[in-house]
Amino acid sequence: MGIYDPFHQVSMWSDSFKVDGSLNSVASPMLMVNTNMEESKPEFIPHESGDPSGDDQEITDKEVRKVNRRLAQNREAARKSRLRKKAYVQQLETSRLKLMQLELEIEKARKHGLYVGSALDDGYTGSPGTITSGLTVFEIEYGHWVEQQHRQNDELRNALHTHASDIELHLLVESNLNHYANLFQMKADMAKIDVFYLISGAWKASVERLFLWIGGSRPSHLLNIIVPQLEPLSDQQVASINNLRLSSQQAEDALSLGLEKLQQGLVHSIAVDPMLIGNYGFQMAAALDNIEALEGFVSQADHLRQQTLLHMSRILTTGQAARGLMIMGEYLQRLRTLSSLWSSRP
Amino acid sequence: MEKVTRLASEKGVVIFTKSSCCLCYAVNILFQELGVNPTIHEIDKDNEGRDMEKALTRLGCTAPVPAVFIGGKLVGSTNEVMSLHLSGSLIPLLKPYSATLS
Repeated sequence: MGIYDPFHQVSMWSDSFKVDGSLNSVASPMLMVNTNMEESKPEFIPHESGDPSGDDQEITDKEVRKVNRRLAQNREAARKSRLRKKAYVQQLETSRLKLMQLELEIEKARKHGLYVGSALDDGYTGSPGTITSGLTVFEIEYGHWVEQQHRQNDELRNALHTHASDIELHLLVESNLNHYANLFQMKADMAKIDVFYLISGAWKASVERLFLWIGGSRPSHLLNIIVPQLEPLSDQQVASINNLRLSSQQAEDALSLGLEKLQQGLVHSIAVDPMLIGNYGFQMAAALDNIEALEGFVSQADHLRQQTLLHMSRILTTGQAARGLMIMGEYLQRLRTLSSLWSSRP
Repeated sequence: MEKVTRLASEKGVVIFTKSSCCLCYAVNILFQELGVNPTIHEIDKDNEGRDMEKALTRLGCTAPVPAVFIGGKLVGSTNEVMSLHLSGSLIPLLKPYSATLS
């Protein structure tokens, strides 16, 4: 009574194991064990009814077989389900580990300023698990830098209005100069990662980009804006500042011409010559060498900016330097404000 | 090394460059602007170019090109030239060698 076919059972198991081959080897011993266990499970055993007729006995036997087969099928289904669940859980564990690895890599990439979006970004539309290009680490840090610059500028303005002491002004000036030094360091780090991004000025406000010169402002241009506001200046100061402005202009022109030569060299190295086929790789290599030199130009441009700041801070008195920095900060801030007004106009 | 020191001690402004180097070109332009005509030695066109490059590095030139010598003395590379110029110290150095400055 209630005999079920063990061979039939084996083929049913192998069906459920086909997805994961590793389970097949485990199938047989499990079956052996389970077969023994099954014997303790309830089976449908009908008690004898009062009817002694042969027909009734046949019908009852059929029903018994049916019921027992159904029970066996249920048991098998339950077993299959448990195995599937086990496989699923193993998959989840593996995915979890992989996710942890990916998150680590993203953290590393963030630290190096690579383009990595956050799932918390506004307007995030990518599916979970993909890396969308959002704000770069540099852009975020620069945003903080601008905020800090704002605060320092307000401090300078207040100090000047309230006729703060020279000592206090000196501290504010030093702090502001340090702040600019931080920006130059940030730019130097970014140049190593993506010099084109830096030189494009994409990280600056739109109106600022109108005046872009090799990844920033032109020192002589800023001098022209600030100096008229610094009067009264001594004759010695006027002479020194004029020399500084002239030297900067000459240096800027030299760098600009050098950059033009770089561009010409680049175009020349990738020039299409129908007579020279098979030169492609060599040309590309030469062009890459050209591009490498770009970082040097950005570095020299920033060097000019830093030197101009340094010399101005030496030529001017503390009070004048505070005023100069405040004016420059205010000017750049107005360019940024203008940019936002422009972009938000109806 | 000897070739470098010999060439460097030539009169006036001597610049060691590479023909492909655009910063070298920029430095040359600056000197021209200041009325000086530097003597240019393109070390990538020289047979001993590699040794010359090593020699320049040993002499303290970080780049190693452009390597600028004024009156036989090493001034430095682009950075040093720019710093000197903005501080107003470059022109006095060039005075003996410039038609327009002296």
